[in-house]
Amino acid sequence: MIEIDGITKRYDDNTVVNNVTMTIEPRTVTVIVGTSGSGKTTLLRMINRLVEPTSGTIRLDGEDNHTMPGYELRRRIGYAIQGHGLFPHRTVAQNIATVPVLLGWDRARIDAKVAELLALFQLDPTLFAARFPHELSGGQQQRVGVARALAAEPNVLLMDEPFGALDPIIRAKAQADLLDIQRLLKTTIVLVTHDMDEAFHLADKIAVMDKGELVQYGAPAELVKNPATEFVETLIGASERPFRLLSIETAGEAVEPGTADGKPLPEATSQRDALSEMLWTGRHALPVAAADGRILGRVTLEGLTRRAAKPQ
Amino acid sequence: MSIRFDKLGVVIALLVAYGALAAPFATFRANRIVPGDAKTILEALPAGAGAALLGVMVAATVVILLKTPTFLRLAAAAASLVAIALFIGMAATHLAPPENAYARVSPASGFWILLFAFALLAADSITRLKPRPVVRVLLLLVTLGGAAVILMSGLWDGLSILKEYAGRADVFWLEAGRHVTLALGSLAASVIVGLPLGILCHRVEPLRDGVLNTLNLIQTIPSIALFGILIAPLGWIAVNVPGAAAIGIRGIGAAPAFVALFLYSLLPVVANTVVGLAGVPREANEAARGIGMTDRQRLFGIELPLAMPVILTGIRIVLVQNIGLATIAALIGGGGFGVFVFQGIGQTAMDLVLLGAVPTVVLAFAAAIVLDSLIEMNVPRRERGRTA
Repeated sequence: MIEIDGITKRYDDNTVVNNVTMTIEPRTVTVIVGTSGSGKTTLLRMINRLVEPTSGTIRLDGEDNHTMPGYELRRRIGYAIQGHGLFPHRTVAQNIATVPVLLGWDRARIDAKVAELLALFQLDPTLFAARFPHELSGGQQQRVGVARALAAEPNVLLMDEPFGALDPIIRAKAQADLLDIQRLLKTTIVLVTHDMDEAFHLADKIAVMDKGELVQYGAPAELVKNPATEFVETLIGASERPFRLLSIETAGEAVEPGTADGKPLPEATSQRDALSEMLWTGRHALPVAAADGRILGRVTLEGLTRRAAKPQ
Repeated sequence: MSIRFDKLGVVIALLVAYGALAAPFATFRANRIVPGDAKTILEALPAGAGAALLGVMVAATVVILLKTPTFLRLAAAAASLVAIALFIGMAATHLAPPENAYARVSPASGFWILLFAFALLAADSITRLKPRPVVRVLLLLVTLGGAAVILMSGLWDGLSILKEYAGRADVFWLEAGRHVTLALGSLAASVIVGLPLGILCHRVEPLRDGVLNTLNLIQTIPSIALFGILIAPLGWIAVNVPGAAAIGIRGIGAAPAFVALFLYSLLPVVANTVVGLAGVPREANEAARGIGMTDRQRLFGIELPLAMPVILTGIRIVLVQNIGLATIAALIGGGGFGVFVFQGIGQTAMDLVLLGAVPTVVLAFAAAIVLDSLIEMNVPRRERGRTA
């Protein structure tokens, strides 16, 4: 659990983050969104003390993050940034092993961890461990960057626009992989982005920052239903609202009894994609299948339309 | 099949033709200060030998002119260099019999032009072959070894420059030692001071402009003026600081030369350290901080290794510059190869000037090759992968 309590950051007369209080639940994905200059990155960087707050406290699992030197704190918190930030003179394995080496793990444990993470990120250790960052594709570099952030098994992973430098196709894959890994490792993730699609796709909870203030903090559906300010409304986009609602939940959650023809949708497909598929193929219903191929039922155009409507 | 010419080869071939046919190969003088008689290759060598040398030159010119395999070009350059090296020694004994102690035979413009042309060809071929750094150093050692063998064999003993050496053998090595000590010592001092100063300038931004501008200013002071400026403070230190005079600090001599070289060296070392550190990718630094490296770990683990090629380039500039500049130490009694250069100028004995100048050039050249190789070995693999 991360408790942010009355945190403020001022540079001279310029208040970048103003009296923000929020609690981030463990094992969830929290996405901080906002325009540039909204203070979202500064807020993130105060959690691992890359930026020292002017006032206020941040507690990690109840412990004030000022009880230890900043560098020790940062070794316990994962950190991944845009453009991966890999060390160009070190191999992939050396990059991933950075924090374990700093922590003084023994060789065997480090090697095992590196191999485990490479496999987890679908990078064959025999092929990739000895390569240098420039020998990888953008998507691979980004994965190694996240693997490095997770090497010391942190409870918390901070990510600053981690997918900003990727092209759309690789970005979608990276986002899906991140969610899988989060479910597997149960890491608490705090991610900063300005991409609302990304926020809605990843977040359990979204925090909206505007001019240094936290203007709304809640579940994605909550933001669509009851935007706290005009700014939140603009950020979500009036014409996007029904689709935002549909993109939060999966087709599996909208299953109705009954049958339908055609190729079944996997249950993890978002309702938005299910709707899109129906509109494109001109059908009124599509079957939904579980991961093992079992047919769960169907989703219907009417059902989804109901779900996309403004909640009463 | 049409005949294709090599562009650089045409230039070199013209140089060779001029050096071998039009320019004099050796100069004969009755004693060391009278004006000499210029001799062409055929005049300077015994009949058969002159023709043989011309034959080698013609063969080499054909190889140079046409688009030939690089290995063959390198072989032609090496063979020609060996040939002119051997035949200039032979010219000395041919023109001035060993029993004539006053006569002097020295290489003339033709020899130097040929030397330059074939060295250029060799350098060009080696560049095209892209040898690994270790191989380049090996080639340097082979070349120096070859020159050493010829020197030991006594083949060149008849040449004027070696006659000058023969009279000064002990002084020569003493001054050589002083020269190297001055150049390397001031380099070491400037690295010891300049590297931390550069790191400080990188971290403390307000310092940067002030320090670099001051060092720039020092660089613009002419060396003679700097010696003059240093006489007073160093003289004062010698008189007033106990023990200073005992370790050789005086207003003139090696101390001001050392200080001047040290001051000139600071700018390249500090500036390249600052530039190198500034060139470290921002994301790498950011990530290093973000995952918990201390400032020290970041400096030694990330910043310095990534900045090292640029820093080494600065050190290379300093080393070559210092080896050349150390000659002027002789002006204020600091010793070094400059002693022969200035004595030679004073006596209008060009052979003596060469005795000081040639070793300086060879030393600077060798230092440049060794350091270039070192730099290349230090460039991270990402750069090498891209260029190769």
